Amino acid sequence: MKRIFLWLTLISIGVTSSAQESFPVNGVRDIRAGLYAFINATIVQTPTTKIEKGILLIKQGKIIAVGTSVVVPKDAVVVDCKEKYIYPSFVDAYTDYGVGTPKRPSGGFNYGAPAQFVSNKAGAYNWNQAIKPEVNAFEAFAPDETAASGFRNNGFGTVFTHIKDGIARGTGAVVTLSTEDAHQALIRTKAAAVYSFEKGSSTQSYPSSLMGSIALLRQTYLDAKWYQNKPATEGTNLSLEAFNATQSLPQIFAADDKWSTLRANRIGAEFGVQYILKGGDNGYQRIDELAKTKASFILGVDFPIAMDVEDPNDARFVSLADMKHWELAPTNLAAFEKANIPFSISVSEMKESKNFFTNLRKAIAAGLSETKALEALTKTPATQIGVYDQVGSLETGKWANFIITTEPVFASNAKIIENWVQGKKYEVNESEWSSFAGKYKVTISNAGVTTDYSLEIKKDLSANIIGVDTLMAKVTVNDALVKLSFPSKKGKGAEQIRLGGIIMGNSWAGTGLDAAGNKTTWAATYVSNVAQVAEKKKENDSTKALAKVTYPFVGFGNETIPSQETILIKNATVWTSEKDGVLNNTDVLIKAGKILKVGKGLSETSAKIIDGTGKHLSAGIIDEHSHIAALSINEGAQSVTSEVRIGDNMNPEDINIYRQLSGGVTTSHILHGSANTIGGQTQLMKLRWGATDEGLKFAGADPFIKFALGENVKRTTSANNNRFPDTRMGVEEVLNDAFDRAVDYQKAMKANSNTRRDLELDALVEIMNKKRFITCHSYVQPEITYAMRIGDKYGFTFNTFTHILEGYKVADKMLAHGSSASTFSDWFMYKQEVVDAIAYNAAIMQKVGLNVCINSDDAEMARRLNQEAGKIVKYGGVSEEEALKMVTINPAKALHVADKVGSIKVGKDADLVLWSDNPLSIYAKSLYTIVDGVVYFDRTKDEEMHKAVAAERARLIQKMLGEKKAGAPTRPATASLQTILNCGDHEHADGMATIYENEKN
Amino acid sequence: MQKKYSSLFILSLALFAKAAIAQETIYPAGPQQGTTAITHATVHVGNGTVITDATVVFEKGKITAVGAGVAIPANATLVDATGKQVYPGLILSNSYLGLKEVANGVRGSNDLVEIGENNASIRSLVSYNTDSKIINVLRANGILLAHVAPEGELIDGQSSVVQLDAWNYEDAAYKSDIGQFIELPSFIVRTRGRGFMRSAATADPIKEAMAKVETIKKFFTEAKAYLQEKNHVANNLKFEAIRPLFEGKQKLFVRANEVKQILIAIELGKQFDVKVVIVGGAESFQIAPILASNNIPVILDQQHALPSTEDDDIDQPYKLPAQLSKAGVLVSISDMSENTKQRNLAFNAGTAATYGLTKEEALSTITLNSAKILGIDDITGSIETGKDANVIISEGDILDMRGNQLIKAYIQGRDVSLDNKQKQLYERYKHKYKIK
Repeated sequence: MKRIFLWLTLISIGVTSSAQESFPVNGVRDIRAGLYAFINATIVQTPTTKIEKGILLIKQGKIIAVGTSVVVPKDAVVVDCKEKYIYPSFVDAYTDYGVGTPKRPSGGFNYGAPAQFVSNKAGAYNWNQAIKPEVNAFEAFAPDETAASGFRNNGFGTVFTHIKDGIARGTGAVVTLSTEDAHQALIRTKAAAVYSFEKGSSTQSYPSSLMGSIALLRQTYLDAKWYQNKPATEGTNLSLEAFNATQSLPQIFAADDKWSTLRANRIGAEFGVQYILKGGDNGYQRIDELAKTKASFILGVDFPIAMDVEDPNDARFVSLADMKHWELAPTNLAAFEKANIPFSISVSEMKESKNFFTNLRKAIAAGLSETKALEALTKTPATQIGVYDQVGSLETGKWANFIITTEPVFASNAKIIENWVQGKKYEVNESEWSSFAGKYKVTISNAGVTTDYSLEIKKDLSANIIGVDTLMAKVTVNDALVKLSFPSKKGKGAEQIRLGGIIMGNSWAGTGLDAAGNKTTWAATYVSNVAQVAEKKKENDSTKALAKVTYPFVGFGNETIPSQETILIKNATVWTSEKDGVLNNTDVLIKAGKILKVGKGLSETSAKIIDGTGKHLSAGIIDEHSHIAALSINEGAQSVTSEVRIGDNMNPEDINIYRQLSGGVTTSHILHGSANTIGGQTQLMKLRWGATDEGLKFAGADPFIKFALGENVKRTTSANNNRFPDTRMGVEEVLNDAFDRAVDYQKAMKANSNTRRDLELDALVEIMNKKRFITCHSYVQPEITYAMRIGDKYGFTFNTFTHILEGYKVADKMLAHGSSASTFSDWFMYKQEVVDAIAYNAAIMQKVGLNVCINSDDAEMARRLNQEAGKIVKYGGVSEEEALKMVTINPAKALHVADKVGSIKVGKDADLVLWSDNPLSIYAKSLYTIVDGVVYFDRTKDEEMHKAVAAERARLIQKMLGEKKAGAPTRPATASLQTILNCGDHEHADGMATIYENEKN
Repeated sequence: MQKKYSSLFILSLALFAKAAIAQETIYPAGPQQGTTAITHATVHVGNGTVITDATVVFEKGKITAVGAGVAIPANATLVDATGKQVYPGLILSNSYLGLKEVANGVRGSNDLVEIGENNASIRSLVSYNTDSKIINVLRANGILLAHVAPEGELIDGQSSVVQLDAWNYEDAAYKSDIGQFIELPSFIVRTRGRGFMRSAATADPIKEAMAKVETIKKFFTEAKAYLQEKNHVANNLKFEAIRPLFEGKQKLFVRANEVKQILIAIELGKQFDVKVVIVGGAESFQIAPILASNNIPVILDQQHALPSTEDDDIDQPYKLPAQLSKAGVLVSISDMSENTKQRNLAFNAGTAATYGLTKEEALSTITLNSAKILGIDDITGSIETGKDANVIISEGDILDMRGNQLIKAYIQGRDVSLDNKQKQLYERYKHKYKIK
């Protein structure tokens, strides 16, 4: 014991004298070898190599020998580690230790705010403030003892650190958590380059959306490649130079969510980069897809804590998905292990890092193996950041970075005693070196009179002293110094007997004061063990049934994604949306996802029969204008953003997919919003509930792009717009200028292979070459007309005008130009540009000969598009058959997919709806909605799901209440908000637990 | 089917031909002259009963006889409604009609929301613009009466019921100053949020909400005391404004969607002995029995809405009227849509009929139930003798877009025009394109 005390002083002296050789010494030089031998330890050299009674020999901060037969040099300081364990200290591959992270301005895209168009960073850097590959964390690094001790107390010795800011964040460094000397701590300067989708502290308007971030990153890869040829027009661009220079480093992408990691991985694949993916805690929900990335992951253990759901009115707004995730998050790491996905564990983003081991043990209880856990804390992170040759195992030549623990490190009562970093000792729980638990005989001598007591000390130093009475005693140990105090007798106000002394092995001795304040001497001798009360074995949670992962991971998801069936619908009224019109008492057979037969008296032995008697069968509804199932809709920071793609940020877990299936929708065209004149590329999708983001996409469909005209693009509702255009005159010129640039660009691309590839102009060139098609938000007649004239000028057609509430005024011109029209049935007066909107618009346009669609642009109304079509009969007397076409074959035509969907015709996709009534009636409900021959909505099954959702919610609420009762920490029940996206054009009735895109922080 | 609609189309053509005049020359009808008798009609009374081959007689604006086999006065103007459906005029039980013309981007056309937390004394009626281009559109869809209310921060002001065929607001007044509107703050804990419901990161939203409720209670308590004394050194218009509320001449309309808001509204009613109506009521199905036992009616104003939460039954808002009705709550359906401007009121009721109500019950939610809640059921809301002749005739089922086609509408017996700007623009462009 005494010896330990002495080392402490020595080491702290040694530390101060280990400064750089190049530094002048103020005083007498004091160079030490730092030679230590740790003997008798169980040394876990690597996750799979364990040495019993081993010796670890270190010198000058490095391991010089490890094994059982190491010869301990005479001049080594010997540390007896009997019954102790030594592990390589942990490595965290994702932190901002010692570099700091700038604060991010709050709020997303704001229609009203003035725009900042270019970077405000001075110097020869990138045009966009969020692209800063020139930033190097090592230049900003300074050791930070407060932060370092937090890491060290959890067993970490080395971290990768970078400035967590921006989309291209520059390089991170590897540093040890020794804090005396930055020179020693910095063990690798440029260790890896880091990327994210978050623009961070950038004050620049662009990008204002996830898809904008993706587009910017994509353009940066292209620009960097182009810059390699030193284009004269660019001059010196330090950002692009740095971007190129850092490509050879490991590339880390901070993604934080299952879909986000998949998205990042796709960008990597596009540019030949294999990112290390810093993922979130929900990867277990799509583990098969994550495995396919072949990426190595960095994962956290910050599992959500239970919510306080005592008040049912609060609990009501917590989603089942959130509650299930609370239960399943601890299984995340086990799922990665089971799927054979390499991963490291990071502590850096835990809200309460003191829960690190608790949560790690939860993960182990949930199936993570201890070997894997150790590997994920040592070898894997060290490998990811390229320093496994320096740290991550206890092998000769590596840094002496190790922890000494009381028990195997993942055992529930294990304590880290010391954490050695580069041969320097940092105390964590120094008192755990020795256990003072036991029975002692205490003798107090006061002027020759001795009194004996019996002292019982438990492991946590709580103690009882037994004399005349049994009283609580306070024992404090500080290295070799001990203090003992206890009341002189029972009852309140009893005087304290206070003793202080020194520990000398099994006998303690010192001086003190008795109850009366007289000086005493005392001694204590170890007698025997205290019988340890066996720790109560915790109930094994894993035996209890946990929530099931569903696809998608929301209340109405399925445990297995439904599959294609052979189905024969018998004796229905079939609305073909073809020349055949409406067929009575007709059968439709579907097989392998296609319509196989339409006729009377069909039979198919293997088919599931659905009786359609008294019911109506129609083609699935196609919504030409929708904003569901995406994570961002508007990239509104610039007037031309044709480079952004809705398809880059699909959200296949949007409950509105399922809700719209219940309204018979099978195909949906997801559009960019109307924040700018030339918006983003759209995504046509099928409502395949449970598919991945990529799985939703309508394969082989022509690509489209969203344009917008009028009030929204000129930011009418903003009092301080500074973005061109502010008038319809300007809007026209934005179009003219964009295509004028595109014409020159196309020429330049043909003439010179070194022309900078511009994703924005690429999309416009595609339009001019009829490889991409426009759907254009538009309202009043002059803007409709001039848009068509721009098309005429540059040789393309405005494929579809959407909203188009004054289409009736220029229907003849639209017909001549060759446009389709996609409109609302009866909206009006929600803004100035729709004061002349009339419910007869669709009928007039249809009668003039246009291909007319009725669309939703609203997640709620999309569930009733059949009724919206019904109103075109009421307003303007279009036939019922023609009206239904406005939501089936007409939008299919407008979207160039009429050969695949939109009508009931042999050979087409089996996208069908069976209605309880005439589909144009308010009384019609969809009974089955089928996409590609898969029944994704079944009203009977839906009723059962309501009950199942309620039952599972009840189970999880009970479980959370149980946690609260058991004293576990809880947080207030917080509403799970659905993000609602729309083009910012009009009002929506979205339900209460929702939030708009631009209000997310 | 095909045939039916083509005949309908011809009929509507005829109507338009008669009225191919500018919106400004669509005249409010003069007082009813003589006696009118609608014959051979299927009469949907509004109280749940249907009378086939019935006659409805009205004179001097009042219904004098209803039923099958009713004697037709000799000099009556006959309206043959063979094969047609007759309903009470529809009542829009909560709206901002005439207060807000263009919803967004045109501040000048918006007279709906006043500045300040307490505007108890302001009155919607004086701002009701009878020349709104929306009114004629609603009338053509059978809406003949509307309850017009101001909106605000906490205490919004007074509402009135107007009839939709008038020269000016004094003519339009059907029953003035029937209610006081209040808003309740949200009690949902949100880490992020929208608009005024966004809670500051550090603040306690529940505490903030309760402080707002306290503001209302303090105002009511002090007003009640003030009103005990006739003479005051300083008159207080806000206190005076809620005198009718305490005298039982007004109702307290509380905009409340959350359960906690509704419970507070019920408690307010009890504490101050005022008649409470819940407006909104999205979550009311959860406490329907409590509403029923306290005789608190509900005006649902967003039938076509998404469910409140991701886990809710996907058709929850659609079946809400049936859930309340079955529990014994008096329900009215309104429609606060900004996009369609309430013209789809009948279809909101149609949805309720698809999801659990009978068609006649659904009709009551936009006629008699609304009249009861607004306190005008003694004079309207159903086709019954003695009531105002507020009657519409439709080609078919008015709750279904497949049948909803208005032929005639009478307000207080006046044969009102069904023309509007939209129909006129339709005519204008049919003319341009030579569409028949």
